[in-house]
Amino acid sequence: MNVIDLTKTPLREVNQRLQSLSADSNERLWKLTNLHGEHACAVGLTQPIEVHVDGHIGYYCAGMNQEATVVVHGQCGMGVAENMMSGEVRVKGNASSAAGATGQGGLLVIEGDAGTRCGISMKGIDIVVGGSVGAMSGFMAQSGSLVVCGDAGSSLGDSIYEARLYVQGKVESLGSDCVEKQMTPHHLAKLERLLKKAGIDADPKKFKRYGSARKLYNFHVDNASSY
Amino acid sequence: MCGIVGLFLKNPSLRSKLGAHLETMLIGMTERGPDSAGIAVYHSPVADDRCKLTLFNPDTAYPWRNLAVDLGKALNAKTEATQKGNHALLVAQADEEKVLPWIRSEHPDVRIMGYGQLMEVYKDMGLPAEVAARYGLKNMEGSHAIGHTRMATESAVTTEGSHPFTPAADMCLVHNGSLSNHNNLRKWLRKNGQEFETDNDSEVAARYFAYRLSEGATLKEAMEAGLKDLDGFFTFTMGTKDGFAVVRDGIACKPAVMAENDDWVAMASEFRSLAYLPNVEKAKIWEPAPSTVYTWSLQ
Repeated sequence: MNVIDLTKTPLREVNQRLQSLSADSNERLWKLTNLHGEHACAVGLTQPIEVHVDGHIGYYCAGMNQEATVVVHGQCGMGVAENMMSGEVRVKGNASSAAGATGQGGLLVIEGDAGTRCGISMKGIDIVVGGSVGAMSGFMAQSGSLVVCGDAGSSLGDSIYEARLYVQGKVESLGSDCVEKQMTPHHLAKLERLLKKAGIDADPKKFKRYGSARKLYNFHVDNASSY
Repeated sequence: MCGIVGLFLKNPSLRSKLGAHLETMLIGMTERGPDSAGIAVYHSPVADDRCKLTLFNPDTAYPWRNLAVDLGKALNAKTEATQKGNHALLVAQADEEKVLPWIRSEHPDVRIMGYGQLMEVYKDMGLPAEVAARYGLKNMEGSHAIGHTRMATESAVTTEGSHPFTPAADMCLVHNGSLSNHNNLRKWLRKNGQEFETDNDSEVAARYFAYRLSEGATLKEAMEAGLKDLDGFFTFTMGTKDGFAVVRDGIACKPAVMAENDDWVAMASEFRSLAYLPNVEKAKIWEPAPSTVYTWSLQ
């Protein structure tokens, strides 16, 4: 394992080093220590490497991730895994607001709670939250799944498009055009797969599903396959 | 853009380190506010029959000693002034209700940065590290402290518009955000006897909370009333003689992070400011929820 001490190497250098790894590099396992809440840590990774962020971290950690696995052993500031394309980001603690914002693919797991606007404008990412999410989560969510094992704050799924929201606990209120939907065997199977992939022990049958009433935006059934 | 920090010590054995910890927190907010910084520190209480004031004049050769002597003669009271940078700490064996009008009428060129029996307030230009060093923050003991770093985007870098705002004895407020109904609120507060020093929206918030507290509201009640009456974006951190409060508006787009353990509770705009607090690795860390009042009081 390569261990980098951030008190000795500036973050910019660390990010450049991780970003410039070649596809055939043997340096697959990394650990970053003494981070002291730096912003934009381990962003823009494009190779299937594994990076362990050893401590609490600031804004936009693991943003724009492709292929890599980033594990944060602590709490995250706002915008973790922002615009993630693929790979996996796992937060062992809590995450602040806008976790997984605009994410296009991959899996984001937050083992603790997430703040406000979790999964805002998500576009295909799967997000699994072990705890609760704050207000306005899933705002304008377009595609992908947001799984919440705890409760959801007010205005869940406001102005939602075709993303799927699964909540086990209480929903404080639903946002505009967001409604409870039937949990079909298809959705149940998908949820079960997601929970298993995220390594979170929860019974899919206890969740409720929410999604778009399709009254607020111009939904056309012929385009359903593209969501 | 601005940075705000606050630290409230629950464990009295940490009090000797209050200033040292606030200094690292303030320096953590350098990138959010490199132009100027302000601090309010609750420490070194004066005796019940005394009050202390933090005063400001940009001239570092200002005759603070003469001011203290003249005040002593006028009120027939013991007084003592200690200069710190372009500020001075004035302790007087008199009621603040007598000292404040005397300074305002006899020394209109002096700005009263804060007053009370505990709170000292210093606001100055420069990097947070420079301001902290200039006023000896590192060596200040105490129970709680609040700080602000400013990046001026729309107005001059002056002390007038700098935080913390100190609308009443031992009370201070820092604000990240902007209020949209401050003109109406200012009118309303003026009708209710509050006087204003600036046209700043944050001063309106500070005087609003001071007014609610003067009406008899608890810290929590005052903050909750503010959620109804204040319109705009805000993350507030407020200090009183024995209390500490944090509240954010319903949208909560101005950043805030909190950390708490058995020994202390801290808030900051970013985690960078909390990263060096003792045992922060094991502290509870979370983002304060929108429209939710968080308060702590000294036991």
